[in-house]
Amino acid sequence: MDTTAEDRTVETPVGPAVGRRVRIGRPRVSWPTGIDIPYILRYIILLAVAAAILLPLVYGVLGGAKTNQQLVGDPVSLIPAPWTVSNYTDVLFGPSSPDFWQQLLNSLMVAAVAVSFTVIAASLAAFTFARMVFRGREAIYTFFVMGLLFPAAVAILPLFILLRQLDLNGSLLGVALPEAAFGLPLSIIILRPFFKSIPVELEDAAKIDGCSNFGFLWRVLLPLSRPALATVSVLAFVGSWNAFMLPLIILDNANTWTLPLGVMNFQGQYTSDKALVLAYTVTAAIPAVVFYFFAERQLVGGLTGGAVKG
Amino acid sequence: MSLSAVRVSARSGESQRAKWLTIGVFLLPALALFLTFVVYPVISAARYSLYKWDGLQPLTDFVGTKNYETAFASDLFIHSIQNNFLIIALSLTIQIPFSLMLATLLNRRFPGRAVFRLLFFLPYVLSEAITGIIFLLMLQPSGSDDYFTALMKNFGLGGFVQDWLGDTTFVMVTLFVVISWKYFGFHMIILLAGLQGIPREIEEAAFIDGAGRWQAFRHVTLPLLGPTLRVSVFLSMIGAVQLFDMVWVMTRGGPLDATDTMAVSLFYAGYIDHHVGYGSAMAVILFLFGLVLSLAYLRFVLRRDVEGAVTAFNA
Repeated sequence: MDTTAEDRTVETPVGPAVGRRVRIGRPRVSWPTGIDIPYILRYIILLAVAAAILLPLVYGVLGGAKTNQQLVGDPVSLIPAPWTVSNYTDVLFGPSSPDFWQQLLNSLMVAAVAVSFTVIAASLAAFTFARMVFRGREAIYTFFVMGLLFPAAVAILPLFILLRQLDLNGSLLGVALPEAAFGLPLSIIILRPFFKSIPVELEDAAKIDGCSNFGFLWRVLLPLSRPALATVSVLAFVGSWNAFMLPLIILDNANTWTLPLGVMNFQGQYTSDKALVLAYTVTAAIPAVVFYFFAERQLVGGLTGGAVKG
Repeated sequence: MSLSAVRVSARSGESQRAKWLTIGVFLLPALALFLTFVVYPVISAARYSLYKWDGLQPLTDFVGTKNYETAFASDLFIHSIQNNFLIIALSLTIQIPFSLMLATLLNRRFPGRAVFRLLFFLPYVLSEAITGIIFLLMLQPSGSDDYFTALMKNFGLGGFVQDWLGDTTFVMVTLFVVISWKYFGFHMIILLAGLQGIPREIEEAAFIDGAGRWQAFRHVTLPLLGPTLRVSVFLSMIGAVQLFDMVWVMTRGGPLDATDTMAVSLFYAGYIDHHVGYGSAMAVILFLFGLVLSLAYLRFVLRRDVEGAVTAFNA
């Protein structure tokens, strides 16, 4: 996202040489902003923060490769001696594996439904907000935008009652539908300007060639909007994947638990087997981490897109 | 009226109908989802809050504002509100300045920059459940000292050791640190994007005018970063107001209700204890706090700031 920004920075700095130390050898890199902190100090701070981020992750990964005796006997050292793989194999193939794979599958199903509902409904709505002129358009749009200014926890008790009335209590669909609904505002907000930016000439050409509104949306607008659709899907996916309070209230049967619920309950169930709990938690984190390395660009783009326009 | 004119108006009436039909059909899925699962529940919360109700019997026992009076008379709930505001205060004074500092450090080109950025933002995609459980296992003694205590003793810092999760006054600090671990990278990413949007010429102009590094940052960069900073502040507040997941995973509101937040209280009241009316009153109070923050925000900032910036915090 910042390659172009970086390219500019190697230019020779402008500004007074008076009172400024000129470093020789390395081209002085002058970024737009920032306090001039000596090189070494910057690395020390960043490495310290990096260590603080990594420590719990490393503790989890390596702790899962220990035995409980090792964890109790030597609480400080991180490196297992000797290494144990039985906790991880237990989670993936052993006695704990049916739970793990079931929860992974449940999480995937909820996310798949929530993401597709959000993306489909938001695309159709954003299309009308972006490309059609009608009375009340801005009012309805604002109505959706307001949805993201309010805490979701407010709706949780009535949602529980409502889903019970709809007989969706305990079902994965009962989790996916509200998640899709809560994902709408952000999705519409991201898609609308993107849809708007597609030239009207393309629309005219498509209409002359006999496209209906839906045909134009389906054959022209959506294919051209792949980056925005990817961003919206990624954000909706992360939201659904990490959702906690709604599944906690709706999914009362252990067979329907998603990974976050599974991890929490696994810890409650095996409090005495710390190493196994660590292995389970770390394994449950892998899909999100893998996803992150593939989708980081969309994620960052979506989160920062509008934040900096002001 | 000539025949052709009639035909034209009939056709345009027809196309008007077709247009409204398209709009209706296109808006229907989004409106149906949004009204059913967002708007209706929020309105229902307001309605339920006026009743004494267990969630099962018919909704008949109207009690007016009694649930609200009970909530504000309850030391537990007041304490919950205080905890929410404690997290807001700590976020604004520690988490966001910290994120800003890191964003400034990363707003330079140097070897390893991309790796740091990738790593700092990583915790954002880990669920609260996974984050909470890992920290729980690091902070909870099990047979021997917990990991942090052992680590600190190892470095001769045993005097600073706390009962991280057991001490009723310190436990909120522990939670704040864990929450910050997960979210500072998110704020850093937003602020970094903001910093990169500020043209370098502006700061250079300040240098030419004789400003030092700090002066240029304080009087030029920071004001220009204002809109982005406000988004960050707003998201932080709205997240802290509805804090639930991390608390539930790590402490369930304990020890001795020390970590109750508004959302935890309403969950206990409405879901665990089946006092749906009372829990809904707490939900409405939470809603009002969120609303006041939102309105204060909208008052100062244009809507374009929010667009694209508000995130999974709300989901």
